[in-house]
Amino acid sequence: MQRVLIIGATSAIAEATARIYAERGSRLHLVARTPARLDTIAEDLRIRGAVDVGSDSLDVNDLARHETVLEAAWTALGDVDVVLVAHGTLPDQKACEVSVETAMAEFATNATSTIALLTLLANRMDKAGRGTIAVISSVAGDRGRASNYLYGSAKAAVSTFLSGLRQRLSKRGVDVVTIKPGFVDTPMTRDFKKGALWAKPEAVAAGIVKAVDKGTPVAYLPKFWVIIMGIIRAVPEFIFKRISL
Amino acid sequence: MASTGRSWGRYPITRETVISLSDRHARLPHGAYPALPLGNARSYGDSCLNDGGILLATRGLDHFIAFDPGTGVLTCEAGVLFAEILDLVVPQGWFIPVTPGTRFVTVGGAIGNDVHGKNHHRAGTFGHHVLAFELLRTDGARMRCSPDENPDWFDATIGGLGLTGVITWATIQLRRISGPWISAESHRFSNLGEFFALSRDSDRDYEYTVSWIDCAAKGKVLGRGLFSRGNHAPARPDRRPAAPSGRLAMPVTPPISLVNPLSLRAFNHLYYHRQRKPVVHATTHYAPFFYPLDGIAQWNRMYGPRGFLQYQCVVPPEASETAMAELIRTIAEGGGGSFLAVLKQFGDRPSRGMLSFPRPGATLALDFPNSGASTFALLDRLDVIVDAAGGAVYPAKDARMSGEHFRKYFPRWEAFTRFIDPGMSSSFWRRVME
Repeated sequence: MQRVLIIGATSAIAEATARIYAERGSRLHLVARTPARLDTIAEDLRIRGAVDVGSDSLDVNDLARHETVLEAAWTALGDVDVVLVAHGTLPDQKACEVSVETAMAEFATNATSTIALLTLLANRMDKAGRGTIAVISSVAGDRGRASNYLYGSAKAAVSTFLSGLRQRLSKRGVDVVTIKPGFVDTPMTRDFKKGALWAKPEAVAAGIVKAVDKGTPVAYLPKFWVIIMGIIRAVPEFIFKRISL
Repeated sequence: MASTGRSWGRYPITRETVISLSDRHARLPHGAYPALPLGNARSYGDSCLNDGGILLATRGLDHFIAFDPGTGVLTCEAGVLFAEILDLVVPQGWFIPVTPGTRFVTVGGAIGNDVHGKNHHRAGTFGHHVLAFELLRTDGARMRCSPDENPDWFDATIGGLGLTGVITWATIQLRRISGPWISAESHRFSNLGEFFALSRDSDRDYEYTVSWIDCAAKGKVLGRGLFSRGNHAPARPDRRPAAPSGRLAMPVTPPISLVNPLSLRAFNHLYYHRQRKPVVHATTHYAPFFYPLDGIAQWNRMYGPRGFLQYQCVVPPEASETAMAELIRTIAEGGGGSFLAVLKQFGDRPSRGMLSFPRPGATLALDFPNSGASTFALLDRLDVIVDAAGGAVYPAKDARMSGEHFRKYFPRWEAFTRFIDPGMSSSFWRRVME
């Protein structure tokens, strides 16, 4: 039986992932900002087969509470095999351009809070000498683009942090998995026009569980994003700056 | 966000603003335009469309709320699919009490259309197995409805085409099974008279009965087909309950319909003669038995960009044989019709819903490629036969019946109007109220 901790558990991708673990008969501990929503999700996961589902509320920007919430999670689960860090927002890029306050708040939610959590999580997993830390970053972190570079730079920070953490923890038998989803049809992307590149949260969730099982260092989901981002990264800067993406 | 609305028949095509619901405790978004709850858009015509208005998409309401494996009582949100319920409950020895021919319908949609299945002669409609649900109105009012609480709202909402409000959750009574297997038989019959005889003989001992008929056959073999009947089979410890894997798909819409008079005649002829023996027995997984077309994703695309019209009618028992013969003759002579024409005898159990379609008699369902005016003219001729026989046409499959016919087929429509949420409407409803 796997013991799984999920932070940002009410996000569509996290919930779809939790359902797969529930069907496997895992023990789950869910952390998110809105407790009422967590109750609905926890009850559903129990019916789907989770052995036990605990939950806790946390505003990830309240860094001082991180240690308390993690300690409670470890107590509830006994030990932790998999941690999925899935919280995040999709900032309004235009709003971030006109307000330093908005830009910094969004960066805090999508990067600083994640790095703070990972610092504590890394030490716990390091001590245990086993397990997997999976974090939802984004293809947006692979290269800054005019349409959402605040979000992109936050995800780049997370991806780079994870790359270093993976080197450190690989010697300790802990897998660090960077998840890079492309466009996913979730409430976060409600206002976007959907095309052929869009994936369902269920498909991304299946990819996450597979990447965690195999300890894949970096998982682009769906896989074709490896190629797309490879091309986008290869475009020389003097051309890239002229195109709009 | 405005988007193009398409029902399963891909006709008509409409424009709506789609708003996704994901929290059953939240109020409904309200706007200046009428709204309509949308399940998984498996209705064929315009009853799940709301041209120029809002669609409240309920697929995000997909949580299980309670399940007792001891009693088979399941409570879940209204956007949960039958497929998801089956995945959960079949391994625990339960089955959905009444299921239509696709498992990709939501619980809310199944209630709103009071769906029926191959066991209507035993089990009635889906509404007979609903123990309770919550109705959420656009003014924020919430009502718990059951046969004992707000029973008039319960009866208006079952088969109420989504017009009474949004169903947020429902409790249903499942049916005990000992495994995923169905013990099935297929009998060849060479005309309509043989069908009715087989049906009479089978209803007592077989929980599930349905027939495929060759809608292209005329003359002496008018109404020939294959009669399928089955029961849940006892446990088979020697076989693992694995569903047939792999799904075919129609990846694109072909520029023209692949269903035409030539392909239709050929298919029906071959399908009828494929079964060499008069009777074939088999033990099969429930999926191919109940959901043969679910094996081909987006099969509705084969009718091409103009889509198709499904027609399902029921004619009362006393008129069944003659009216059915006249309907099939009219279809065969028209050269239209489909690969999958389905004939079944309904039982006598009265449906609860004020606008429920199932009623005693024989029901015929088939699709017609949309060939424009000639298709509509043919369906109008069928309406005349159904009307004269005292029958009815199924709103969930309809995109074109006249308001006059609708009001005749569903005489309680006027009493129903008092339960309609003032913030709700649909393309279908506006059409039949004209």
